[in-house]
Amino acid sequence: MRKLLFMAPMAIYVALMTAANATTLDDIKKKGFVQCGVSQGLKGFSSPDDKGDWTGIDVDLCRAVAAAIFGDPGKVKFTPLSAKERFTALQSGEIDVLSRNTTWALSRDTALGFDFRGVTYYDGQAFMVRKSSGVKSAKDLDGATVCVLMGTSTSLTLADYFRSNNMKYEPITFEKDDEVVAAYESGRCDTYTTDSSGLYANRLTLKDPGEHMILPEIISKEPLGAVVRHGDNQWGDIVSWSLYAMINAEELKIDSKNAAGMRESDNPEIRRLLGTEGKFGEGMGLSDDWAFNIISTVGNYSEIFDRNVGKGSPLGIPRGLNALWNQGGIQYAPPIR
Amino acid sequence: MSFVRDTYLPAAPPPPPSVGALGWVGQNLFSSPGNGLLTLLGLFILWLGVPPFIEWTLLNAVWRGTGREACLVEGAGACWAFVAAKLGQFVYGRYTFEERWRVDLVFFIGALTVALLMWERLPKRYYLALFGVLVYPILAFILLTGGVFGLPVVETSLWGGLLLTFVVAAVGITVSLPLGIFLALGRRSQLPVLRLLSVVYIEVWRGVPLITVLFMASVMLPLFLPPGVNFDKLLRVLIGVTLFSAAYMAEVVRGGLQAIPRGQYEAASALGLGFWKANLLIVMPQALRMVIPSIVNTFIGLFKDTTLVMIVGLFDFLGSIQVNFSDATWAAPQTAATGYVFAALIFWIICFSMSRYSVRVERRLNEGTRRE
Repeated sequence: MRKLLFMAPMAIYVALMTAANATTLDDIKKKGFVQCGVSQGLKGFSSPDDKGDWTGIDVDLCRAVAAAIFGDPGKVKFTPLSAKERFTALQSGEIDVLSRNTTWALSRDTALGFDFRGVTYYDGQAFMVRKSSGVKSAKDLDGATVCVLMGTSTSLTLADYFRSNNMKYEPITFEKDDEVVAAYESGRCDTYTTDSSGLYANRLTLKDPGEHMILPEIISKEPLGAVVRHGDNQWGDIVSWSLYAMINAEELKIDSKNAAGMRESDNPEIRRLLGTEGKFGEGMGLSDDWAFNIISTVGNYSEIFDRNVGKGSPLGIPRGLNALWNQGGIQYAPPIR
Repeated sequence: MSFVRDTYLPAAPPPPPSVGALGWVGQNLFSSPGNGLLTLLGLFILWLGVPPFIEWTLLNAVWRGTGREACLVEGAGACWAFVAAKLGQFVYGRYTFEERWRVDLVFFIGALTVALLMWERLPKRYYLALFGVLVYPILAFILLTGGVFGLPVVETSLWGGLLLTFVVAAVGITVSLPLGIFLALGRRSQLPVLRLLSVVYIEVWRGVPLITVLFMASVMLPLFLPPGVNFDKLLRVLIGVTLFSAAYMAEVVRGGLQAIPRGQYEAASALGLGFWKANLLIVMPQALRMVIPSIVNTFIGLFKDTTLVMIVGLFDFLGSIQVNFSDATWAAPQTAATGYVFAALIFWIICFSMSRYSVRVERRLNEGTRRE
């Protein structure tokens, strides 16, 4: 709360200062690239590959925004940010968009002076246990020792969950991801809890990943999305519609390979999305083939999901909540018309 | 007088237990039951630790591979394939691939200068030292950042790895020493304002942790600047590190100054030397020589402290190793351990070389006062 009291006047000050300036889009076009805040390394979301280029689902969202504006997904620069720095970096204008596995929550959306623009990934806190323990549900965890990361909302959610279910637990907290995993592996705790994407990622570093399972209960809602500053709605629209374009593309079965051919499709929805029909880019200050540029270079939502966290990546996370709305999930994008 | 012996007996060899390898072992390792027990205990601990470590780092290690599968084999040790695949990033960070020769050149010239400086009989060594202190930093700056002579600009946000570690350490070390000398002189000055300012500076900077300084520089500073005014993150960190270590250096130098007897100052005054000349010619050469071990100690500490720049989003050598643990392509049980062992090895080599170099310098400067 004290943090909020301190941040709020700062946010207003920053908002006032930026209002006087040109729009974010103008600034970006002038400098020639999008400055995107990502994490300092999180498997599947933003991490460097062997060549040192950033990859991940958060990274691909920024590439999509760059593709929408410039037609080139490479015109983006990444600023790796720690959890503490991320909000000041956005407020101070050091970055244009924050795509750093940040949970959409009321206080951040309002008091901090930010706008969340769509949900890139629906995450939620879960538990990992050894298969040999015989635990099949989080409800069986009464009296368990739990390994958890220090000072994150994870430990608060954990406390709430056990209290509301009248169960006892003993937390063991750690400073770093590697430490939590090592402690869990060595048997210091019965279960390890963090966001389920993190569990899938860290399971890869266990000696025998097949010996461990992630319990079905998801005990918190963690909608992760891109964040922009309050006050420049045009820029916010570009960020959210870049995501919606990828989700719509998956729904319409357009991917990076068939996008060019699909421009000649008879389906009016496809024609509108790919810019063959109508002038939908204009409203955002973009060219009409903005969505085509995203899909042909970065891909549709299922492509970025699969190659970064899904079945095409070592993580192998099932689509679950992140499946399209008509396939059992809740990923749903407003139509383009 | 035949009972007086007129020739010496030939010298008998020493008794067997005191010569040869066995003798050495007996005298040094098993001189008493207690020591013998300690020796056995030491050997036992070595036997527990060393063979598994060698097995892990060398015998069972995976040297080749393109991804995590290579390091997932049953009983696999260190995953050196990971280090091999990422070595470029560990050294250069995300420095533009085509421009990395510039970093190599900077490293090469630096290494050559240091190596030549160590060759004591080199004629005109003085000029080489001047080159190292005055020309080399400018040359390195131009080469690394670019923007002139047709060299493309490489932003500092792309710098990383060993390059960044060296840049931060080198700037911190070379700037903080003169700054620290002035602060130490200021603290011992007769002028009250100057003395007060120096004391306040030293106590304030020494009283806050380096992490706080870096954090202020990278997180708080941008909030006070008008939006759009962003000065380089690396520059902010360099200033923070330098000002911080200058405070430590000042106290080290002051320790040396305290050790100079009053007579030296008085003698300098008697010769008609003013404040600057007395310090430059009489006091400092003696004071600095005395505190070389402490200065090098501070340097080594500073070199290792550079790893803290990680918390403000700069990836130094250790940081660029850690960030690569998040590459799912290489996620395997031994990846992180291998990375840390590699980091420890490189840090040790560098710090140990610094320490050996200082021992050399000390020995040479103390030639006149050495006590055998």
